[in-house]
Amino acid sequence: MENYLTLFETYDVPAAFWVNIQLSFWAAIWALVLGTVLALFRISPIQSLQWFGAAYVNIFRNTPLTVILAFGFLGLFSVMQISLAENLGSSLFRIAILGLALYHAAFVCEAIRSGVNTVPLGQAEAARAIGLSFLPAARLVILPQAFRGAVAPLGNVLIALIKNSTVAAAGSVATESSSLMKTMIEFRSDLVIPIFFTFALGFVILVIPIGLLTTWASRKLAVAR
Amino acid sequence: MSAQQVLFDAPGPRARRTILIGNIVGVLVALGVLAWVVSALADRGQLAGSMWSPFLEGRTWEFFILPGLLNTLKAAGASIVGAVLFGLVFGVGRLSHAAPIRWVAGTVVEFFRAVPVLLMMIFFWLALGRSGVVQPQDAPFLAVVIALTLYNGSVIAELVRSGVHGLPKGQREAGMAIGLTRTQSLRNVEVPQALLAMLPALVSQFVVILKDSALGFIITYPELLQGVRRLGVGEGNVIPSLLVAAAIFIAINFALSSLATRLSGFLSFRTRGRRPAARGSMTMDPAST
Amino acid sequence: MHKTRYAAAAMAAVAALTLSACGGSDDSSAEGGEGGGEMIRVGIKFDQPGLGYDEGGSYSGFDVDVAKYVANELGYAENQIEFVEAPSANRENLLSNNQVDMIFATYSITDTRKETVDFAGPYFVAGQDLLVSADSDITGPEDLDGRNLCSVTGSTSAQKIKDQYPGVELVEQPGYAECVTAMGGGQIDAVTTDDIILAGLAAQPVNAGKYKVVGNTFSEENYGVGLPKGSDRCEDINAAITKMIDDGAWEEAIARNTEGADYTPNADLNPPTPAPCAS
Repeated sequence: MENYLTLFETYDVPAAFWVNIQLSFWAAIWALVLGTVLALFRISPIQSLQWFGAAYVNIFRNTPLTVILAFGFLGLFSVMQISLAENLGSSLFRIAILGLALYHAAFVCEAIRSGVNTVPLGQAEAARAIGLSFLPAARLVILPQAFRGAVAPLGNVLIALIKNSTVAAAGSVATESSSLMKTMIEFRSDLVIPIFFTFALGFVILVIPIGLLTTWASRKLAVAR
Repeated sequence: MSAQQVLFDAPGPRARRTILIGNIVGVLVALGVLAWVVSALADRGQLAGSMWSPFLEGRTWEFFILPGLLNTLKAAGASIVGAVLFGLVFGVGRLSHAAPIRWVAGTVVEFFRAVPVLLMMIFFWLALGRSGVVQPQDAPFLAVVIALTLYNGSVIAELVRSGVHGLPKGQREAGMAIGLTRTQSLRNVEVPQALLAMLPALVSQFVVILKDSALGFIITYPELLQGVRRLGVGEGNVIPSLLVAAAIFIAINFALSSLATRLSGFLSFRTRGRRPAARGSMTMDPAST
Repeated sequence: MHKTRYAAAAMAAVAALTLSACGGSDDSSAEGGEGGGEMIRVGIKFDQPGLGYDEGGSYSGFDVDVAKYVANELGYAENQIEFVEAPSANRENLLSNNQVDMIFATYSITDTRKETVDFAGPYFVAGQDLLVSADSDITGPEDLDGRNLCSVTGSTSAQKIKDQYPGVELVEQPGYAECVTAMGGGQIDAVTTDDIILAGLAAQPVNAGKYKVVGNTFSEENYGVGLPKGSDRCEDINAAITKMIDDGAWEEAIARNTEGADYTPNADLNPPTPAPCAS
């Protein structure tokens, strides 16, 4: 037990989790913005935008995140020499955020589309009947209800995003928790199991409240019909 | 709101003009982005023939891409079998009428759904490699399969559970009425129907497994991404190699996703009117890479 | 009847997955181990150009050349050698589980490792060094302040520099080759690890002439031949290494595997004299 506690003096476990939380937070915001735009594209009357939205979702949804993040470091950063910040560390951090956001935007788009599917036809018909064209109808009538219907799937995307932030190790953010766990196990192989359960528990604590919260919120926000 | 055309009126002359302009702008922007990417790639010499010529050589495919792809499919295949079995056992466990079984199955499922797959892979890789129970060079493969089985099995367990919950109550009542016990009714009446209803979601989950097998590269499992990484490093064509790998993954996963969509169409036709509750589960599980 | 229906539904579920599970064959790499009394199993790196690299069907590098020479002296022809991948993390396990007969994989002789495995050699003395682009003005770790340094995730060599020179920006990557790719784009100023590994990277055809090894080593790594505890091969291997050094094959192997990298090993320490075997 004492052995186990010394681990926390040598390794800063909370700091590693903080990196995952930061990655998830920023990636979640960008993914939500991009995903909403893509969802609008997919339900818009303009075929080229529909096509673009569908192509985006099919490409990013079917590519492993590992490939996207490896592409971020080797492709964008190394070969294309795109820097997103002055300082190297934050540049790589932002590239990891970009990769996570691009990937999860495809799922956000699908979640919102499933939310749109919960809005009854009559709502759209009513919106048209009072003379709203596509964008105002979407903004004032459809999307507000769609977001409410999409709370549960969006919560699932957020949970997936938090867990997937560990994959940022493949995109060179080596300060996050899965990398730290690997280092810790390599140096303290006598404590393999306690180390694993420490990190696993950390994610359980992060993820399960979000699941409960979104379930509660989706019930609370559900449009009574 | 299934018919999305309802969102906007049948376009009149003015709207048609707007849509036409929108289409032109959209296509132009898309082409512009594409042109920018292509020219940026060309600027860095990524489109030069020498970058792509390795893909015309048999050696590239024989030693880097195909063995990697085979390993990816091997790991994914084994994980799919494992995950389906795990999912059936724990899904039925969660539906058991014995509270302790329900509780244990529920804890296991919730735990493995919350822990990142990569964390499990790294753990099993290092722990198995050191334990001496398995051959060290088998440890990466086993770690990939075990981690994917535990995570995806838990997701499938949830699919089984929600599939059974989605069945009309009458199914169980009928089972009981002909003298089956609750377990018998579950096993012989409810789960088989739930399995059929969850087939599309199940196939979508296979896409997740296939994609997640690419995490194996982090723990030195020689799958497709590892293969192209080695190729790209040796030939100095990292970007083309990654693009080829991405294209292979997309092609396989797209085929699987299309299968899932077609299955769902087929099943909703087959079961139309009998089981309205089981529909609408087609959005793919985003949980995981 | 109801049994069959249950089975049918389960089959339907499984049928879809067998499509993608076509490669159900068992692992063939594991079975070569036993039996073939004629073969010798040698652990090498597969992903380290210039030392141990899987060229696609054949292997190249300095470690591979030394391994072939030694195996030859031990009485094994080239076609009797079976090369096995020995990633750093697995080397001790491979030896103690008797998965390989010897390991040539940039394996530094250390006291901790001697507790679990035996070593023959050293056959090379490496040192931590920097790889920089050919026109760089960096001559040692003291020039790294404010520069970007790349190394492999969790490696101690990078951490050492980071501790001594806090101004260094450290990037960690899954492999050194990724570091070199990033340096090719100019985003990274230096890559650090053992000098011969760097030389091997710089000597790859795609990198030839672009990079140089600084040549200012600041550590000493004795590469030994890893052997299972209690192996009786140590003396013979040492004799083979001495012979290889004496007849010039050693030097030739260094030159061949670092060609184009503008690299000479630390002459004070190389070629080394194999240490006496532990009894």
